[in-house]
Amino acid sequence: MPRRNDISKILIIGSGPIVIGQSAEFDYSGTQACKALKVEGYEVVLVNSNPATIMTDPEMADRTYVEPLTRQYVEDIIRVEAESNRGGTFALLPTVGGQTALNLAVELSDGGVLEKYGVELIGAQLRAIKKAEDRLLFKDAMTRIGLDVPRSALVNNLKDGLEFSGKIGFPVIIRPSFTLGGTGGGIAYNREELVDILSRGLDLSPVHEVLIEESVLGWKEFELELMRDLADNVIVVCSIENFDPMGVHTGDSITVAPAQTLTDREYQAMRDAAIQVIREIGVETGGSNIQFAVDPHTGRMVVIEMNPRVSRSSALASKATGFPIAKIAAKLAVGYTLDEIPNDITRKTPACFEPTLDYVVVKIPKWQFEKFPGADERLGPQMKSVGEVMAIGRTFKEALLKGVRSLETGKPLEAEKIEPRLLTQRLVTPHPERLQYIRHALGYGYSVKQVAKLTGVDPWFLQQVSDIAAFQAELESSRDGTAEGLRQAKRMGFSDARLGKLLMENGRGAPERVRQLRAREDVRPVYKRVDTCAAEFESFTPYLYSTYEEEDEAAPTERRKIIILGSGPNRIGQGIEFDYCCCHASFALREDGYETVMVNCNPETVSTDYDTSDRLYFEPLTLEDVLAVYEHEAASGAPIGVIVQFGGQTPLNLALPLKAAGVPIIGTSPESIDLAEDRKRFGKLLEELGIPQPPGGMATSVGEALAAANRVGYPVLVRPSYVLGGRAMVIAFDDPTVIRYMNEAVEYSQDRPVLIDHFLEDATEIDVDALCDGKDVIIGGIMQHIEEAGIHSGDSSCVLPAVDIPDHVLRTIREYTFRLARALNVIGLVNVQYAVQREKVYVIEVNPRASRTVPYVSKATGVPLAKIAARLMTGRKLRDLLAEQVERASESGCYGLETGSFYYVKSPVFPWSKFPGVDTVLGPEMKSTGEVMGVAEQFGAAFAKAQIAAGQMLPTSGTAFVSVNERDKRHVEQIARMLVGMGFDLVATHGTADVLERAGFQVERVFKVEEGRPNVVDLIKGDKIHLIINTPQGPDPFFDEKAIRRAAVLRRIPTITTISAARAAVEGIAALQRGELAVHALQELHARRAAVTS
Amino acid sequence: MQAVLALEDGRVFRGKGYGASGDALGEVVFNTSITGYQEIFTDPSYSGQIVVLTNPEIGNYGTNSDDNEAGHPYIEGLVVREFSRISSNWRSEQVADEYLQRFRVPVIADIDTRALVRHIRDHGVMRGMISTSEFDPEKLIARARSIRKMDGTDLARVVSTKEKYEWHKGPVSFGSAAADEPAKFHVVAYDYGIKHNILRMLRGGCCRVTVVPAETSAADVLSLNPDGVFLSNGPGDPEPCTYAQESIRGLLGKAPVFGICLGHQLIGLALGGKTYKLKFGHHGGNHPVKRMASGKIEITAHNHNFAVDPDSLKSSDVEFTHLDLNDNTLEGLRHRSLPLFSVQYHPEAAPGPHDSHYLFNDFAKLMEEWRGK
Repeated sequence: MPRRNDISKILIIGSGPIVIGQSAEFDYSGTQACKALKVEGYEVVLVNSNPATIMTDPEMADRTYVEPLTRQYVEDIIRVEAESNRGGTFALLPTVGGQTALNLAVELSDGGVLEKYGVELIGAQLRAIKKAEDRLLFKDAMTRIGLDVPRSALVNNLKDGLEFSGKIGFPVIIRPSFTLGGTGGGIAYNREELVDILSRGLDLSPVHEVLIEESVLGWKEFELELMRDLADNVIVVCSIENFDPMGVHTGDSITVAPAQTLTDREYQAMRDAAIQVIREIGVETGGSNIQFAVDPHTGRMVVIEMNPRVSRSSALASKATGFPIAKIAAKLAVGYTLDEIPNDITRKTPACFEPTLDYVVVKIPKWQFEKFPGADERLGPQMKSVGEVMAIGRTFKEALLKGVRSLETGKPLEAEKIEPRLLTQRLVTPHPERLQYIRHALGYGYSVKQVAKLTGVDPWFLQQVSDIAAFQAELESSRDGTAEGLRQAKRMGFSDARLGKLLMENGRGAPERVRQLRAREDVRPVYKRVDTCAAEFESFTPYLYSTYEEEDEAAPTERRKIIILGSGPNRIGQGIEFDYCCCHASFALREDGYETVMVNCNPETVSTDYDTSDRLYFEPLTLEDVLAVYEHEAASGAPIGVIVQFGGQTPLNLALPLKAAGVPIIGTSPESIDLAEDRKRFGKLLEELGIPQPPGGMATSVGEALAAANRVGYPVLVRPSYVLGGRAMVIAFDDPTVIRYMNEAVEYSQDRPVLIDHFLEDATEIDVDALCDGKDVIIGGIMQHIEEAGIHSGDSSCVLPAVDIPDHVLRTIREYTFRLARALNVIGLVNVQYAVQREKVYVIEVNPRASRTVPYVSKATGVPLAKIAARLMTGRKLRDLLAEQVERASESGCYGLETGSFYYVKSPVFPWSKFPGVDTVLGPEMKSTGEVMGVAEQFGAAFAKAQIAAGQMLPTSGTAFVSVNERDKRHVEQIARMLVGMGFDLVATHGTADVLERAGFQVERVFKVEEGRPNVVDLIKGDKIHLIINTPQGPDPFFDEKAIRRAAVLRRIPTITTISAARAAVEGIAALQRGELAVHALQELHARRAAVTS
Repeated sequence: MQAVLALEDGRVFRGKGYGASGDALGEVVFNTSITGYQEIFTDPSYSGQIVVLTNPEIGNYGTNSDDNEAGHPYIEGLVVREFSRISSNWRSEQVADEYLQRFRVPVIADIDTRALVRHIRDHGVMRGMISTSEFDPEKLIARARSIRKMDGTDLARVVSTKEKYEWHKGPVSFGSAAADEPAKFHVVAYDYGIKHNILRMLRGGCCRVTVVPAETSAADVLSLNPDGVFLSNGPGDPEPCTYAQESIRGLLGKAPVFGICLGHQLIGLALGGKTYKLKFGHHGGNHPVKRMASGKIEITAHNHNFAVDPDSLKSSDVEFTHLDLNDNTLEGLRHRSLPLFSVQYHPEAAPGPHDSHYLFNDFAKLMEEWRGK
């Protein structure tokens, strides 16, 4: 069946902000879908609230709405777009934006919106979505077609849950209906746990429904990725086997493709079942993934669940096989059949086939529990990892070890640190460091059989780990540095760093010495292609991975080339924004005629799509692996440059060693980057430039730290040097906090001292992104933080343009930025953070590299900063790229880009619901996983939109609870006046109530938690509070505040923790009350801005 | 144990030996299936061939008696990247290494199998030799060159059963065992190297199955009063199997005929067509085949070096029913007036997807119709 010509316009719904369970993979899938449908000539309309995505680039769709993903806003977009639709069918593709898009499509359909505007769902029909998503319907369907499922029951209350669990026996699995990434799920081993998890699950489920299920804990877990077209052709793109057994969420499992321990008979039975499932559920076109559990002792196979859409696993399957699932799903949705679509990689064969692999792919999740003290680190049915890496090797061992080093976890777990008692516990209870414990257990003489029994991990996988451990032990004693010994080790996947430890007497510079030794012995990696067909056909897309084999298949070309280093696994503080920048660099330089070469190991990203760059090396971002790619590419003798400033801290950490190894880094020099991070030299530079910074010092001991703190004056900001995302930062108000920090919280050394700065209280923080070509400077945006200084910039909402910064202060900021960029000889992007305290501007830090806000500023201004920066690095000039702006800058001294007459607010999104019990207060350590943007003509409305998009529904009426600290009491009156003016009732704790009553407000007094009942938490739980303004009382949050914030998160009540955010919220509420709701396409905003400025 | 693989064109790979020690000589072909190594080991169609598996991890799930496609392995030698020392599967009875050792099949592992596959893809299948005792490349290459070429070689006669026998087992199933259905048809199956799963499928499809040697005449077969005749897969070149072509001509119009693989090629030849050798054959479980009548695609298991030339059958009363979408090889045909059809690929799978199981039902339907006439 050919393309549907009756369709004229297609709306694609994105997945919104990055959250745990729904990450950059949906930017990848959405981008592929947009591109595929645009090429087909359809008018593509996109809505996604996440500005950091590639998909929301204005050229990816015809009309791009960065608007909240709620029924109200999307309905408005549908109304506007339906009105302008001429002639053909208006279709909605809901299957490439994760669970968010699917849920929204169901809501729009159930609400009659699609019918009202004549919108047709394509890719998955409502009936199919409901059948797949509703656990009971799904189970019934499976039983009908004769497939086995775990016994289960849906319950809506505690009583039924307890009764059913009594019948099937503990442990039981609890899965709330319609939540993301298994939010609120858990395993209960006893009645008490059941009551606890069940009540939370019921709470979190939007339909107040939870499935209780027979435990298949410890069974083997598999997933198949399927595609189906309208002609009922079905193919299996990839099989995935989980290293971790059932009980650990797939997103938190190490997974392996293809499946390793199934015979053909068992695999085909699973394939048959999967095909039956997709047909019975009725997913007519597109991708679906189906999960199975297999009893390792009897082979009993049960169906666990199905996603009737493109998923995280499909992104992984696409990267693992080279088969672009989302792109093809989009084409199938508009009528093509699989045999009509060519396989991009072979060009000659059709997409209607099943990829075959001649390598092994391992995905390993990345967790960041260190950011969430108090969070439960045990892994279970609710996903907790923030990112993942994928590694490709010719064997499982090689892929596993490449994956481990891709994680950048720093020091491996050393044997000495493991207590025998803990070892057993760690083996039994899934934990982020389980792999390391397994390795040690095998090293201690546990047998594979014993470890298999304790962990439920398949003995075949354990045998591989055991082989690695045995080889390592052998190498340690033999110190075999011969060519043969080295080759064997490299073939198994050992890194130079590890070999350095094993082979070299003296640890210093050992990896380098191993590398030299390898070079001398000619033990080098070759690069092989991912080609979907195990070399049966010639392949045309250079999607490459390294391995230690005989033949290299990727001879470098003679073209001048740029290598772009990606950002590795997503993590808090280093996420999709950096991938956005890397992709933009590649797009721009491709246009300019360079061959672009991407190096990255994150399967969720657009940068690891095989057609983003001319060449893709799916490789760990370590010095060894990057140098090998460089040497391989440089072998042709063609001119070559390497970009390190777009991928965040990961490639920056490699900048100096790469340069030392002779690699030509383009753009801002690594020395300048280093200078900006070096306190002493940077302080000196600021002094020379006459730019103030908060007084600070450095310390390598407790004594020095106290001395420094007292010299600069409390409060102080204490942090380790060289970090991104504010790892381990605190604001200390007194000596004991500093002492505790130095003793417990951080590791430091002469090389890596602890930094101590005076903390500017009551200051407003400003973020600036600017471009510089060494001579001219253009400021992309001056962003005013809505939370005050002290909240990590990644966790702070901010607004562009600044709302209440006086002109002369803005001028100072521009002037400082200009001077700094010039002084550091920035070629490319620079990000500067300022704090403004009583109209005085201080520099907090300068990062001569791409920042987290680059995509957001680019969306707001319509100027692609990252693309321009990449071009500057190749020697082009701002005078030719932004001629008009440069001219204006030289005339007026105002170097800024325009955002037009609109306000763009960026707001963070937090993973609190995944970490029950963790305090939700914000501070200098970044905790948000993603961001959203709100656009409106007024600041208040833009803020309200951003809050809604972030899942914080600001109330338009009701009761506000207000409790502020001493410092904030002087501001609270103004907030209260506005709230009362808008019809809100006030509830306050005694201290705040005193202040408010004195100011003449009527306030209901409420107990603090320890004072009596009903207290504030009771009110929150009783749904009597609709807005919480609660600023922290001091350096250590009281239990009271924690309880309040915790209860609020569960009830989804907006909780504001700073006065400046409270002001913004109040303005936002006012905007909502006025009913301002207009939606705006980026393309229109940019056109309007261009019209105004020219 | 050291091992060397030498190809007739002089390319040599050095690796580790597993399985049996000794020499293996044969035509080197590659198979791209991810699963099903045991079925591949024991498929008689691989007689005379050394098989390279593109999946780099082999042996993981061991071997078991249910997954054999014949009484013993037929591959001459095995080439893999990584050969598992242990097995892990609830059905495993013997580690793959021990299994191949037991049946005297040499294995070379730890070589760059992808480089080897690319070499074969670019230069075509070629003869080669694995040795765990002789490491002089010149000697090995010379011996590889002395192997009899596959073209023109009749291997069906060699691997076929010498005696007629009845087959009783239905498809392997775990979990709920399939009920033993009473036989509705009597099928006589020619064994040119027949895979057990074909016999299991026929039995499971309500047939009483009598297996006869390759050289059985049409008259002898018809004297068994079959409701249908099945022509099996098998190794080697179909052209020299003139006895089989003659038998097939004797069966035309006398009983419904269903052929698979070599059986299909023999039908093509019997109908006056020609066969030719493919550059590196089709060996894998992921080939898209289009069913011409419906336009539907089946993902199919393939294992053939030869194919029927469709142009050579233009003048005969034959309809082309199946086409390979990767390279347009003819994959199935049906006679317009006589009860006869055949496919080049493997609807019985084992290993491979089950998309084409319906052909066994088609055969049953054909027999039903024939009986009604």
